[in-house]
Amino acid sequence: MPDTIEKQTTATSTNEGEAIIEFRNVTKSFGDLTILDDISFNINRGEITTIFGKSGMGKSVILKHIIGLMQPDSGSIIFDGMPLAGLGRSERRDVKSRIGYMFQNVALFDSMTVYDNVALPLREKTQTSEKEIRTMVLDSLEKLEISGTARKFPAEISGGMQKRVGLARALIMAPEIILFDEPTTGLDPVRKNAVHSMIEHMKRKFGFTAVIVSHEIPDVFLISQKIMMLDLGKMLIACSPDEIENIKNPIVQDFIRGQETTKDDVTGLDNKLTIVHKFDQEVKRPGGSQSQGAMIVFRANEFDVINERHGFAAGQRVMQHLGGFIEEFLRISGDNFRFSDDLIVTMLPNTQAGMARVLAKKVGNALNEEKAVVCEDGDVPPYILSAGVAVTTGRTKIDDVIASAIDEMSTIGKFEPELTGETV
Amino acid sequence: MSSLTAKIQALGAAVIGWMQNLGKAVIFTATATLLIFTPPFRGRRIIEHLYFIGVLSILVVSLTAFFTGMVLGLQGYYTLSKFGSEGLLGSAVALSLIRELGPVLAALMVTGRAGSAVAANLGAMRISEQIDALDTMDIDPVKFLVAPRIAAAVIAVPLLTAIFDIVGIIGGYISGVVMLGVSPGIYISGMISSTRMNDIASGLIKPVFFGFVIAAVSCYRGYFCDRLKVGVKGSAGVSLATTSSVVIASVIILILDYVLTAFLL
Repeated sequence: MPDTIEKQTTATSTNEGEAIIEFRNVTKSFGDLTILDDISFNINRGEITTIFGKSGMGKSVILKHIIGLMQPDSGSIIFDGMPLAGLGRSERRDVKSRIGYMFQNVALFDSMTVYDNVALPLREKTQTSEKEIRTMVLDSLEKLEISGTARKFPAEISGGMQKRVGLARALIMAPEIILFDEPTTGLDPVRKNAVHSMIEHMKRKFGFTAVIVSHEIPDVFLISQKIMMLDLGKMLIACSPDEIENIKNPIVQDFIRGQETTKDDVTGLDNKLTIVHKFDQEVKRPGGSQSQGAMIVFRANEFDVINERHGFAAGQRVMQHLGGFIEEFLRISGDNFRFSDDLIVTMLPNTQAGMARVLAKKVGNALNEEKAVVCEDGDVPPYILSAGVAVTTGRTKIDDVIASAIDEMSTIGKFEPELTGETV
Repeated sequence: MSSLTAKIQALGAAVIGWMQNLGKAVIFTATATLLIFTPPFRGRRIIEHLYFIGVLSILVVSLTAFFTGMVLGLQGYYTLSKFGSEGLLGSAVALSLIRELGPVLAALMVTGRAGSAVAANLGAMRISEQIDALDTMDIDPVKFLVAPRIAAAVIAVPLLTAIFDIVGIIGGYISGVVMLGVSPGIYISGMISSTRMNDIASGLIKPVFFGFVIAAVSCYRGYFCDRLKVGVKGSAGVSLATTSSVVIASVIILILDYVLTAFLL
């Protein structure tokens, strides 16, 4: 194992965390350029692993080795206990059928319509009837909000739409492992988060394993269980997203600082990283942990149901709406953050729990009064808002505060738009 | 001495490289051909390519055939009239078209029109990773893309040759009979009496091979357009694949024509 790896996540004893793909001392060069230099790492079953790093560092090359489009110069890749190099033709096909791949440049079949592109794997690899194929394809296009493109050719739709068609095609066979090569590059914030949210949702639903090559730091960290950084042929880190702060390697820290944003694109609020920093600073201040303060945690209930029923972008629009709403009401009293997909947290310094509850209630009541709101990007579906309050006094870990607020959460309001749009 | 060794080494390396390429091409073509007969069968895809390679080539093949026939009538009349044998014009035009010019010219026209398009099409799919995409979906790209094109070309080229022959004979009739005054009865009866079934058979066997060559060469060059030449990648690879497939297929057709004629005569 190269000594540059600072930390390796320990696989849990459950089936879920065991390695499904192992790279062992893999080296790959193109001419004089060594892209992968004796690297070893594991991709664990049922986890989302994100690989990041500068451009041209060979992140896509790793994915191409997994699917078998490239072979290593030396070293071996073990797939579910079997070395890929020693597989026969039919075993290799078996491996491929378990993996879905979304190309960086999408690689849609340009002489086929969007519909035929997505239907192709079903037509070629399964005995599914044309009627069922139709239902499946249209359903998946609808989930990704590209139903209108079914009859168009890839060249006739925008780059962002092409990305989503590529995603639909990679997911249509419900593979066990999915390799995403920059799935969100070129998408707008709502759709970018919708894609992340969809990957996470599907991972929970089907338990698939995903490997994502992405630059969306820190958004993609929220859905990842493991993150790895590739630089100059070496894997600099392999750890959980929570551990990234403790990694001292200056290349890693510089890169992350260069990439990460402090704002959540969808809501315009500060993101989780910012609140974690802020909380830590507050705690580290002399006497900070003893100073009075409270947090309100707001949650859009049944976020998964909203996503499933109205499409993944609808979930993001709910958060966009809720974020704007909370910001409007509580901007003066405290700071608001988007903490996760469905949680918005308000930090209220020098405030007691009772006062915080009153504020939360006000937000809920105001939401009940709120009527038809159309975001720039489409309708906001109806949703129910819950909130919980916790005091920060005496606590040193933000996760504890959030957890206790979630424990006492109750419904405080409901948003019912007058003009509920159809699923868009 | 050492420079001589180096030259011999370079020559050896070139020959080995060339043989390896040839070997790869043969394996590729043989695999694709076998895959035509391996289930699942997708007749629809063959029909789509039949339309592209065959139907869309009819106009250009007919046009070529018509003027080839006309010039044959003209030249034939000029030469034959020197010996007072204008009566043989029908058989001269028909035999040269059916046995030789029909198969070769039709194949060359298909190479120019469809072969280049096939190479460019597969080349573009290669550089935009569409071929890799098929591979990752466990859809064999050779079966999906190459096999139906080979099948379609093998069916289409003989049919186009038949069209070429007929249109060519009509062209010869127009220049010989209508324009130069050869008796129509003599033109047609000479043609019928001198043409044997053997001539027609050999004239329709050759294009089967030609069709195979066109599809195999253009598919192979397009499919591997990124590996044809060191340093030639992307759109340059596609353009190299397109031109080289037309040149190579045309040369092979002309050489093969001689070999086949020698066997079929």
